[in-house]
Amino acid sequence: MKILVGIKRVVDYNVRVRVKPDGSGVATEGVKMSINPFDEIALEEALRIKERGAASEVVVATIGPADCQQQLRTALAMGADRALHVQTDAAIEPLTGARVLLALVKREQPGLVILGKQAIDDDNNQTGQMLAALWQRPQATFASKVELKDGRATVTREVDAGLETIEVDLPAVITTDLRLNEPRYVKLPDIMKAKKKPLETLAPADLGVTPGTQVKVVRCDPPAQRQKGVMVKDAQELVAALKKKGLL
Amino acid sequence: MSKVLIVAEHDGSRLNPSTAKCVSCARGIAGAQIAIAVLSADGAQLAAQAAQIAGTTRVLRVDHAANAHALAATWAPQVAALAADFTHVFGPSTTFGKDLMPRVAALLGAPQLSDIMAVESATRFRRPVYAGNAILTVDVTATQIAGTVRVASFEAAPGGGSAPVESRTLDVELPSHTRFVSVSSAATGRPDLQTASRVVSGGRALGSADNFKILYSLADKLGAGVGASRAAVDAGYAPNDMQVGQTGKIIAPELYIAIGISGAIQHLTGIKDARTIVAINKDGEAPIFEVADFGLVGDLFSIVPELEKLIGTR
Repeated sequence: MKILVGIKRVVDYNVRVRVKPDGSGVATEGVKMSINPFDEIALEEALRIKERGAASEVVVATIGPADCQQQLRTALAMGADRALHVQTDAAIEPLTGARVLLALVKREQPGLVILGKQAIDDDNNQTGQMLAALWQRPQATFASKVELKDGRATVTREVDAGLETIEVDLPAVITTDLRLNEPRYVKLPDIMKAKKKPLETLAPADLGVTPGTQVKVVRCDPPAQRQKGVMVKDAQELVAALKKKGLL
Repeated sequence: MSKVLIVAEHDGSRLNPSTAKCVSCARGIAGAQIAIAVLSADGAQLAAQAAQIAGTTRVLRVDHAANAHALAATWAPQVAALAADFTHVFGPSTTFGKDLMPRVAALLGAPQLSDIMAVESATRFRRPVYAGNAILTVDVTATQIAGTVRVASFEAAPGGGSAPVESRTLDVELPSHTRFVSVSSAATGRPDLQTASRVVSGGRALGSADNFKILYSLADKLGAGVGASRAAVDAGYAPNDMQVGQTGKIIAPELYIAIGISGAIQHLTGIKDARTIVAINKDGEAPIFEVADFGLVGDLFSIVPELEKLIGTR
């Protein structure tokens, strides 16, 4: 079985993002970029499945500008076997991303697709579900545990009520939550080896997809700031203050 | 004219308050007709509750044995079939809506707006990105859109309505490739985090699952729900359904008491709509104090029991 993993290049999660003064977006010039953390978890899960002998190949794919090759190389260094880069400078909305991934799925015929549940830049949480819909296959979102057996996946999902378990027939789309695994660190020899692994570049048009825009950003603002309040010296003063506000 | 379809979230017998919050959001679209879709195994009770939400024009009841559990693969084609002549299809931005709505959107070929926090017109909305560090105002150019509603941004629409209920039978093929197995939740008897008016949360400084007991005890005195930071959940001190923050629950209680929580940005994202924030932490430099209305520096293990005692003597 082949596993396809989608990754996205995003502003590193440690960067404190700043809204540009002209309100056109978030400053990304000179900012550290990384693989979206949820996607790293997706790749780690695919690699573990392969290491258990339940998969034969892990293919990693991304959509975006030329710079995204850095993140694909990192993914190859983590252990992916080969990479697909759908190169475009166009803004990619989730539905377009799902259409591109569907075209890759048709080409690669994976038995399983694993994606992060959301990218930490746009926070959309849509692409996996949309791919599953277009592919007419099951989705198991927000996974914290995945077990594969006899052409089926039993997936534990982190939901508001607690933990839900569902069973899906393969092929299927799984999206990862934080506690599914802890991704491995990349070692230097693996980075050298990754340089020799195959990385194929495609255009959206090669896959029959034309990126369009259905949602236009009018403005980007910083969030409203909360006012810093007062410090109290002990529990007694705190209770008195809360009572005064009618909160106790 | 705008026609909004809202997908009701429920547990089989009671509507989740997120549904009435979606109605509030939809009422922000001038002149919108608002319908609520109730999918369930037997929706008599649920449809009656939906009909009472003020601002609702009609309730579409779809009963089917396969709807006993909210599996996105099963529900999405039904919602898409109902949505054919609607301009907007909304669900709550809870794990239920986050799972379901993009699948509906893709079936409709429509874009989705996630976490709608404000409505400026039928085609202009505001939503957070980068864990709430930036707020986008967006225009939708598509004729039909799907959306998830950030429930912490809207008050629940009041009751008192009496919308007509229409039973619908849909000619939709339902997949058998996805099956519900089980759900496990630590039924605590405490108020639900996302609707509680008071919430007490603990962080890594609690040190163990056992030490969380002092929070449960304080919370019970306050009639509060109990939350936890991601660090505390990752450390195994609290179950995942207690996580408050960007990737956990986004909450807006009247009173939020953060205990031993430093205030990582992703946690602050989940609480910034709280009316009053109290922070108790031994580190006076902790970022949580930047957003707290009342801050107290000290040892939580002596402060929390003292607070409980003081509240008890009111």
